[in-house]
Amino acid sequence: MKRILLQQGRLIDPSSNRDEILDILITDGKIESIKKTITPPPQCEKISLKGKIITPGLIDIHVHLREPGFEHKETIETGTRSAAYGGFTAVCCMPNTNPAIDDESIVTFVKTQSQKANNGIVDVFPVGAVSKKREGKFLAPIAELVQAGAIALSDDGAPVFDAGLMRKALEYANMYNVPIFQHCEIPELAHGGVMNEGIVSTELGLQGIPSIAEEIMIARDLILAEYTGSRYHVCHMSTAYAVELVRQGKMKGIKVTSEVTPHHFTLTDEIVRSYDTNTKMNPPLRTKKDIEAIKEGLRDGTIDVIATDHAPHSLDEKEVDYNQAPFGIVGLETAIGLSILELVETEILSLSQLIEKLCTNPRRIIGREIHIAEGEIANFTFLDRDISWKVEKSIFKSKSKNSPFDGMTLKGKAVGIFNNNQLLMY
Amino acid sequence: MGLSSRHLLGLQNLPKDDIQLILDTAVSFKEILNRPIKKVPTLQGKTIVNLFFENSTRTRTSFELAERRLSADVLNFAAAASSVTKGETLKDTARNIEAMKIDMVVIRHNAAGSAHFLTHVVQANVINAGDGQHEHPTQGLLDMYSLREKFGELAGLRVCIIGDILHSRVARSNIYGLQTMGAEVSVCGPATLIPKEIEKLGVKVYHHIDDVLPNIDALNVLRIQLEREAGGFFPSLREYHRFFGVTEERLKRAGKPVTILHPGPINRDVELSADVADGPHSLILEQVLNGVAIRMAVLYLLGTQQ
Repeated sequence: MKRILLQQGRLIDPSSNRDEILDILITDGKIESIKKTITPPPQCEKISLKGKIITPGLIDIHVHLREPGFEHKETIETGTRSAAYGGFTAVCCMPNTNPAIDDESIVTFVKTQSQKANNGIVDVFPVGAVSKKREGKFLAPIAELVQAGAIALSDDGAPVFDAGLMRKALEYANMYNVPIFQHCEIPELAHGGVMNEGIVSTELGLQGIPSIAEEIMIARDLILAEYTGSRYHVCHMSTAYAVELVRQGKMKGIKVTSEVTPHHFTLTDEIVRSYDTNTKMNPPLRTKKDIEAIKEGLRDGTIDVIATDHAPHSLDEKEVDYNQAPFGIVGLETAIGLSILELVETEILSLSQLIEKLCTNPRRIIGREIHIAEGEIANFTFLDRDISWKVEKSIFKSKSKNSPFDGMTLKGKAVGIFNNNQLLMY
Repeated sequence: MGLSSRHLLGLQNLPKDDIQLILDTAVSFKEILNRPIKKVPTLQGKTIVNLFFENSTRTRTSFELAERRLSADVLNFAAAASSVTKGETLKDTARNIEAMKIDMVVIRHNAAGSAHFLTHVVQANVINAGDGQHEHPTQGLLDMYSLREKFGELAGLRVCIIGDILHSRVARSNIYGLQTMGAEVSVCGPATLIPKEIEKLGVKVYHHIDDVLPNIDALNVLRIQLEREAGGFFPSLREYHRFFGVTEERLKRAGKPVTILHPGPINRDVELSADVADGPHSLILEQVLNGVAIRMAVLYLLGTQQ
């Protein structure tokens, strides 16, 4: 029998409106008891969490684990380790692998690998492809993917650009109550662009990706989601008007949810002036006005989820000129620090609201809620809300180090996680 | 007193004093170019590589001539003949060249920021000879030199740049440099070829050439890349010429002489009619000679820095 006593941590669980300092006794991976104080039973590991916060296990629903196919960037082993050290007990991995997750055998492969990785401390929920080979032509075997364990469908990295296919995907996925995660981009408007279109792209002579490329796709999809009555999730929203469209969609009763990445509420396109390829991602970094709208969207609930779009690339791939460099940055190990710094310190969100965006809401969207109650599986993240720390990308657990946040001082950090009867304190 | 930087990457952040120094230095080099013996020993023993990843005859010959006039040892590297086609990265190429103990690198590359990137991977002085759609600082400097020579000073001068502003590094360098020197800059072209939010740079935007001509002293006519027609930026070259082409007839209507510049090579009778190109108000051939003088000045100032 393996027993762990979490002592005097402040449990914040938005789903049960709980915020109190407690002891939690875990026996063989399950919550045996939650009380103000618990007398330690014999042969029990005691973990003092005085001054620390206990949350239900955080999840990042937008991660690129790169395996199979791009193991030089990241593997399921290194990606889940990065997640664990970033404070996440679960991730959803995107299907733009090679082969793509467009077949139940690949879903099974990813799940098997993830159970072996780091003793299975991080749950990996695969996102299946919408279309075969993510080519946007024919529906992938959605029912089989869902049955094998896919929790959502997406062609992320690319949009489902054919409106007819998007309609069919929404209708088909709705039979199984899984959402479509859309990478919102009109290819004809975005094509060739490498950064936000505006004064900075004009000055730098880099081709822009206009905000309308994202917004027009969202507008189209909202109409499709309304028409089909299906569940639609906007990935990595980046513009002010996109936030407004989703807000209006929600008011109309459309089943829409949305996510934003920490970099899109932290950085603007001004940082691209360095020509540092770690500032290149898709959607691109936008403007101050967009950040303000995103923060308002987070505050008023238009934006449900904070997800990282963790996109590892090797140094060689990124150390080229700006046009040639691939899109994307790693994000798992900086997400909490950026969120607390930019959102909680500035009182845009309370801690409880932040946990909603990093746990309650995303878990509800993919149907993997956790309940903190006696008899339930123990799945926790432990946070130090007050620590100031400096990002050092060289010590990232991720195989890739492509981060624009190197050297930046962040606020708040995970200090450990517990999941699947595994404790990791760091 | 020398330049404030080890490299010449662009004119956007180049201080006024530096521009002034380059233009003044070029005056004496132009004087040398008009002597019977045009060579000086200033950069003897220095090795300069011309790293050209994009086809260019004019800029490369102009740089090469400037380098040879200064007695530098010159190495030409053209992308087509190199291992770049085999997938070697800019970084690898640059490091290899650096291993051969090069003092200065002149780079032209189709990616914006490539010259900037190079300064992080090599120790040599870097001169940007055109990076994508970003900057072409020596072209901007030679245009300013030509205007200053003609008008005496740049402050208060009204200059319009006409054509494909969106894809033009020449336009950007001209805007930055001329504004630093106190000139008033406007741009003119089809709306599809004007970059987003350019007016935030303090540049007036025009779409009708006849609105511009009466109010300017000089017109810098950009080359229209013939592939822009295929790219759908305007319906046809014929229509472009009819509505944006600079012709004798249009200039006459303006009522006063307008000085004409063009970075070359000219598409005659597309952006510029032949009679204007060869006319009395054209500085085009003078620009070519001034280009050598400007490049000598830049190479000299960077190459002899302490």
